[in-house]
Order: sequence, then C-alpha cells, then structure tokens
Amino acid sequence: MQNKKAFESRKVVITGIFILVGIIFLARLFFVQVIDDSYVLSAANNVLRYEVQYPARGLVYDREGELLVFNEAAYDLMVVPNQVKEIDTTLFCQLVDITVAEFEEKMAKAKKYSRHKASIFEEQIPKEQYGFIEEKLFRYPGFYVQSRTLRKYPKPYAAHTLGYIGEVSPGELQKDPYYRQGDYIGKSGIEKAYEKVLRGKKGLKVSMVDVFNRIKGSYQDGKYDTVAVSGNDLHLTLDAELQEYGERLMHNKRGSIVAIEPSTGEILALVTSPAYDPNLLVGRVRSENYTRLYNDTLVPLFNRALLAMYPPGSTFKLLNALIGMQEGVLFENTEYPCAGESARPIRCSHNHKSPLALVESIEQSCNPYYWNVFRSIIDNPKYASTREAFNKWRDYLESFNLGKTFSTDLLVERGGNIPRPEYYDKYFGKNVWRAMTIRSLSIGQGELLITPLQLANMTAIIANRGFYYDPHILRAVDYDGELTPVKFTKHETMVESRHFDPVIEGMRHVYAGEHGTARWYGHDSIQMCGKTGTVQNPHGENHSVFIAFAPADDPKIAISVVVENGGYGSAFGAPIATLMMEKFILGDFDKPWFEKKMLDTDLIVGN
Amino acid sequence: MTSRTNIFRNLDWWTILLYTTLVLLGWISIYAAIYDEEHSSILDMSQSYGKQLMWIGTSVLLAVIILVTEAKFFSTFSWLIYLLMLGLLIGVLLFGKEIAGSKSWFQFGGFSLQPAEFAKFATSLALAKYLSGLNRNLKKPKSLIRAMLILAIPAGLIFLQNDTGSAIVYTAFIFVLYREGMTGSILIIGLTTILLFMLALLVDKLVVIVGLALLATLFILVIRKTAGNIAMIVGLFVITAGFVYSVDHVFQHVLEPHQRTRINVLLGKESDIRGAGYNVHQSLIAIGSGGFSGKGFLEGTQTKFNFVPEQSTDFIFCTVGEEWGFFGSSLVVILFLVLLSRLIYLAERQRSKFSRVYGYGVASVIFFHFAVNIAMTLGLFPVIGIPLPFFSYGGSSLWGFTILLFIFLKLDANRMNVL
Repeated sequence: MQNKKAFESRKVVITGIFILVGIIFLARLFFVQVIDDSYVLSAANNVLRYEVQYPARGLVYDREGELLVFNEAAYDLMVVPNQVKEIDTTLFCQLVDITVAEFEEKMAKAKKYSRHKASIFEEQIPKEQYGFIEEKLFRYPGFYVQSRTLRKYPKPYAAHTLGYIGEVSPGELQKDPYYRQGDYIGKSGIEKAYEKVLRGKKGLKVSMVDVFNRIKGSYQDGKYDTVAVSGNDLHLTLDAELQEYGERLMHNKRGSIVAIEPSTGEILALVTSPAYDPNLLVGRVRSENYTRLYNDTLVPLFNRALLAMYPPGSTFKLLNALIGMQEGVLFENTEYPCAGESARPIRCSHNHKSPLALVESIEQSCNPYYWNVFRSIIDNPKYASTREAFNKWRDYLESFNLGKTFSTDLLVERGGNIPRPEYYDKYFGKNVWRAMTIRSLSIGQGELLITPLQLANMTAIIANRGFYYDPHILRAVDYDGELTPVKFTKHETMVESRHFDPVIEGMRHVYAGEHGTARWYGHDSIQMCGKTGTVQNPHGENHSVFIAFAPADDPKIAISVVVENGGYGSAFGAPIATLMMEKFILGDFDKPWFEKKMLDTDLIVGN
Repeated sequence: MTSRTNIFRNLDWWTILLYTTLVLLGWISIYAAIYDEEHSSILDMSQSYGKQLMWIGTSVLLAVIILVTEAKFFSTFSWLIYLLMLGLLIGVLLFGKEIAGSKSWFQFGGFSLQPAEFAKFATSLALAKYLSGLNRNLKKPKSLIRAMLILAIPAGLIFLQNDTGSAIVYTAFIFVLYREGMTGSILIIGLTTILLFMLALLVDKLVVIVGLALLATLFILVIRKTAGNIAMIVGLFVITAGFVYSVDHVFQHVLEPHQRTRINVLLGKESDIRGAGYNVHQSLIAIGSGGFSGKGFLEGTQTKFNFVPEQSTDFIFCTVGEEWGFFGSSLVVILFLVLLSRLIYLAERQRSKFSRVYGYGVASVIFFHFAVNIAMTLGLFPVIGIPLPFFSYGGSSLWGFTILLFIFLKLDANRMNVL
C-alpha cells in the first residue's frame, strides 16, 4: 500500500507515452492518407502497373563484322483478368481479330495462370495491327500492350548454329529465378550456349494507371524504376560468305561441310544439309513451322555436321600412317606390294605400280598398304599382346579427340565411336581376335564412327603438324564497345611433329600427283593438300568424303566434306572442298568448270 | 451461485466491449484482405476468415472458463504456470516444427500452436507474483536483477527459436518495472537509446554528434554552473556521442546482411522494392491509397491483389487503411488508446499489488504489439513480424491475448474481495 502511493504519479508518464505514440500514428496516417498525394490513387480506384522492360537481346555478327542476327519489335497484348470489367466482347474480338470462342479460351487460360497478375493474351502482334489496337485499347480495362523483340536474320543461313529462342519451359522457370512466365530464352545453338551474355538485364517500370487503364505517368518520378540493360553482342568465328557458299553448294544434297582455321580452332563454316531458313522459327508462325520441319522426312532440324556419324573410310589411312611412324613400325621409305583386285586379305580398287612407298600410298589410296601398316602396329613385338597394342592404338586416336566430344560451345555433339577391346571380346571371344579379325579398321571401315566435325578437326591437326585448339563458334564478346576474345584450350597429340611431313606430302600428291585421287581439281596458285574417302554404305550408294587443307605451307583452312550417297570421294567431296578453300582464300575467284555441276546436282530427288 | 453473479456484475464491461469490437473488426478485415469471389462466404472454413471465426468461438470459451475460475488460482499457481510455460518453450526448441525460419510451433494435426504467444501471460503472472512479495524494492539491484531475470529467461528461449520479434516484446515490461519503482533514468535511457539509434542510422553520425554538442552547450548555459553539473553534462555528451559511433560500428560489422538491408530500406537508404523494402512499400501504397474515407468494404485492390504480403497476419492494418481510409484507421488507433488507458485505469484501482502489476503487464504487452506493428506498416520501424493484438489472423495469438486480458478482468472483478 505504501508503494502504491509512492509511485502512483508515474501512471501519468506511462499513459503519456502511450498517447504520444498514438498521436504520432494519427499524424503519420493523416500525412500518408490525406496530405501525400502520391499514395492517393483511390479516387478512381487506381492501381500501379508494374511493366517489365525487356532489354534488347545481344546482336550476332560473323568474323568480318557482318550482321547475322538482329532484333525487330513486336507487341504482346497482356491481360490482368481481375481488372477486366464488362466489355463489348464482339467489338474487342474484331479489334484483335479473333473469334469469341478463342477469346473465351484465352481468358480462361489467363485466369488459370493468375487472376491478378498479367499474362500474355495475344502474342506478337505485328506493327501495323498494333497501332490500330493501341488507339482503342483504353476502352478495355485490364488489357495493355507490352513491346518485345523478335529475332530476325538478314540471310537464311547458319540456322542450326545460330539456334532459336522460345518461351521458357516450366523446368527452365524453376532452375533460374530470373525468368518469368512468358519470357524468352535461348533454346538451341548459340542462343542457348550464350543465353546469359545475350539476354541482358530486365528492367521494371512502375506507372500509375487510371480506371480506364490509361497510363497517367510514372509513379513517384520513377523512384522505383529500374532500367533494362541490353545484352552483349557476339562475334562468331563463322565467315558469313563462306557459310552461304557452302550451303548453296550442298543444296539438294544430304551431308555436311565443316571448315576450321587450324591455328585457332575457329569454325569458319558449319554447313548441314538439308537446312532451313532461321526466319521460319520466329514469332507466331514458329510452332507451326517447327512441327512441319520436325515431321519432314529429310530431317532438316538434324545437324549432320555435329550429330551424324560415319565410318571415315580412306581418310583414316592418314592416322594409321602417323601412328605407324610414331610407333617405329613405318618409315617414309617403307614399301609394300599391292596385287590390286586380287590382293588379300583386302583388295585394292586402284590400279597402280607395285610395290609402293608411303607418299604414293596416300596419293593413290592403296588398301593393301594400310592393311600391312595396321598389322605391323597391332602385331608390334614391343607389346605383350594384341590387346595391349590395340589399346595403344586407341590412345593415339583419343589424342586426336576421336571417340569423344569437344564440349565447347556447340552444345549438341556426338563423340563417334572407336571400338573397345571388350567389344571384340564379346563378339569373337576373349582375346581370340587378331589384326586379321579387325582388319577393316586399317582402311577406316568396320565399327569406326566419326562425325564431320571430328573429321575436320583431324585435318586441322595434320595441317598444324600435331596440335589443335578445341573447335568453337564464339570469337569475341562485345562488352560496351570493347571486343573481348574468348580463349579455348590447346591440345597436343601423341604424334611428333616430324612424322607429319611425309603424310602432308602424300596429301599434296592427292591434288598434284600424276595419279592423285583429286588430281582434276588442283589450283595453280594455291598448294592444296587433301585425301579422298569413299564410305561403304550398306543402304545405298556410297558416301563421298573428302578432307583437305590449304595452303600447304601456311594452312588457313582445314575442311571436311561429306556428301551422302555421293559415290567416290573424288566425285563430290573433293570438288566441293576445293571450291570452299578457293572461296575462303581468294574471295572472288575464277569459277572452275566443276562449280556449276556442284551447285546444280540434285542427289535427293533420285533417291 | 451468488459469487458467480457477483463476478459478472463486477466485470468491466467497457473493456469487454472494446475487446469484442477489436476482434470483430479484425475478423472483417481478414475477410476483406483475402476476399475472393469463389469463396465469398465469410463462414467458409477452408479460408482464413472461416478459421478465425472458430478461433474467436474458442476464445470466448476460454474467456468464460477464466471468469468462472477462482481468482486466487492465478496468484497461487503463478510460479507453476510460469515453469510449465518455460518447459513448453524448451520443448518447442526440441520437438517443434520450423515455419518460415522460426522453430516456434507445435503441430497438432492440421493446427499449429505457438507457445511464445502464451508465455506472455505466464511471465506477467510470475512478475506480478515476484513483485508483490515482501521487501521487494526495485531501486535496489537485487530485486531489479531478479525481476529482469524472470523476463530474460522466456525472452532468451524465444530468441533461440529464431523468433526475434516475439522475444523483444519482453522489453515492454520496462513500463511495469518503472511503475513499480525502478529508477526513471532507465526508462529515459531506454527511450533515448532508441531515438539516438534511429538518428544515428538516419542522419550522418557527425551531424548527430554536432547536434548533441550544441545541446550540451545550451544546457551548460542555462543551468547553474556548478562543477558537478558541468561534469555531468560533459559526461552525458561523451556517452551519447560514443553510443552514436558504436551504433554505426554495430550496424556495419555485427548485424547480419538481411537485418542491415531491412533497416536500410526502412530508413530510405535502399529502395529495393522487390526485396526487403517490398512489404513496407506496398503497405504504404495500400494505406496511402485509402485516402480520407477509404475505398469501401471489399473494394481494396492493393491488399486483395496480393500486393501486400502477409496481409491477413502482420500487415492486417493495411486492409483497414485501404478500405476504411484515414477515418477507419484512426478509429482503430483510438480504440487501442482507449483500451490501453482503460487498462491503466483498472490497474491503478486494484487493491492488491499482484493485480496491479499484472494489469500493467497486460497494458505494456498490448501497447508494445500495437506500437511496433503499426509503426512497421507505416514505415516508421523495421519490419518485425509481430501481430496486431485481436486483429491479426492466427489462433495462438488470439488465444494468448484473450487469456492475458481475461485473467486481468477476472482479477479486477474480484478486487473487492482482496483485503
């Protein structure tokens, strides 16, 4: 009782503090609700509109700075279902050019996504229609137009390499919180590989809209807005003119061309045929065209340059020669006899002198010679067993990146196949197989499989005399006007540089030799080196394969050409590869006699 | 029978009227906050407002049970109730369910209970029991430290549950201690500290220190210039200036990044509207857009379109502000002020010290929740997730406040029987 009296006055202090806080609240409420206009959006039941500002996606250029991909504006009609008041549906449908049934369907879809968040009602309205809609849109609360950009391609080439963009899938949405429903993302090619460089950064614009959904200005002077940051431009290793020429040469043929700059691993041309116009997979027509291309029996969506696997045929003899020399079982002057048609166990398809040495064996592509080389590698007494020697041979091939992918920026790639000993164990019985059993490997047939990209890289290695850079498609990124080159890894093979000389000499003879398998196509001013291949095809006419590089002393381009059902390597592979090299080295050149034939031949109709 | 009719006659019906009004306004606001045409019945049990009705019903039941319980029960078993509650707080740390980063919930089937909400009345009882004992003098360190320990134990346990908001509620009891004789300087220091803290973060620390120096000079000019007085003022200046400096240090080096961001956003230093500042920003838009008279019942767009997160729990005041405008929101503030004044009036008329201390405990806890919650929605205080008493959606919170209040009403109704 004593205490009570002693401190009773303190109730005044406490009540005072309580009331003071209450008064601060009342003052703040009065300020926020009555005085400060920026919050008062209520009179006409206003809401803020959060508009995503889409950045311009990075542009794509070729190695010479020629534009390959650019952006074009398109307009999405957005809807916020909760804000849609009673509207004249018939008039609205006329405006947007849809049926009432489509309207109902689209509204249901939008409502299903969210009643209070914006979703796309009608995608990618063309510019002309947009102007018309925009004018009348204020009559339809809940609808507004958001601009976005579409990809456009000045020339209809390199579709597979450039790739395409499309709406994010639910899986992609979950993986990266950057994306919102309806955003676009790279789906394939460089659009996918360099998505993060190309996409830029989205911005946000907060504006006030009135009851008629008309923008009344930015909210709080843009205090809460963020600016969209454009994506960075890419400069590719492709040479647009060479790519175009390659696609024209391969027109109406199945197959591919891969051209690489040997000293850097930069891919100069990546042609797959049949191809398609990249503009087909853009905008509203995309899904329809995609289905059509997907169902096309010529499978134009399939990138043969990276995904098709063929036995390398006679081009593979070069590798066996290199391995033989490195292993010390083959020398430049090693001679083997050839009995032509009657040679055993592998017969020769060419008539030539016998015996012959290494350079001549390449010039004339002698099969029995390589059976002997292969046998001496596999039966090398240095190794305890066939198995050990075979594994060593495999190791050499792996150092040429055969049987595995490069995994750089090409994303979709196959590694091909070099059979393992276990495969033959299973097929013939454990360790009972010998050089004789697997002899087709000596001439690049049998279970060997290799992609056109690997074939071109193998050619680049020979041109480089033993090393390569991982083949890639991106040359540099443009960061605010500064071109930043991209680095890729250099690899050495297991074959010493000196062993390449006789092989290159043999390849030179393929063009320049009296009996060379491509002797009809040689060029006066450029020293070219090549090797033909004719790939046995159990399903029809043989595939025509050719690898080449030029000039011989300072290689600028290494190339592989595969023409399915083209017959001998010298029939299509060699002339097409020659034209490509001339185009790249000389630019405009005097068209040789065979150019027209290559451009005009249709190998698809016949099949 | 006679004693029971007595109880109901002696009940403070004004408080009950205020309680009922706040609870019903809260229920309507929850309904408005999440109103959706597909579930338009306020009795729809699949929605929060339907569930809240169930919590209201059970709260009435709890209130009746408390009112028919013998008043002596609460003072006799204060310590037991306190210890039981500490047991529950430890139990939830061991066996509780983690919701939104806080391990402070017991889960029973479809319902979860938060012991922290009940620890408030138990702590009030224990503090009342302790302070009403013999020879308690809050001017002396021994009593003061023991009293503070009673508060610190539950606060510490709740802090361990990672529920910082509910833990700092216990600082509210500083009003109780002050009323019961604790030196006023602690209260002044406490309030000054908060003020300086906010100033140190808002304004450049040099400006604050120069301001303090000017203030000190002014004081020295005005007061009698004895050596002691001058020394005291200089000392105070050094201490406050040091505090401002150390706040800066703590802010930069001790606080976790997310806490720092929250405070920065509040102070307007960052305007990351999609991140930490989003809640406060949207909350202000909702309240501000209400204008003087509001948009009308169920007409709010900001809250209903889910612009404001947690609009039925911690940010319920937004719905009031948006739909009922300045008129409605100031009415709610005034209702709370009337309730708090009434509680202090009731506390002061108690004959027993136990009842009075408990009454102040009730008033302080409700005040703290009210002050922090509304300050947060108005962007005057960092976002600390504690509910608005009687208003916010949530069974534990409504039950906790009902028990807290009705024990006091029971004690008050029984005050004539205390010698």
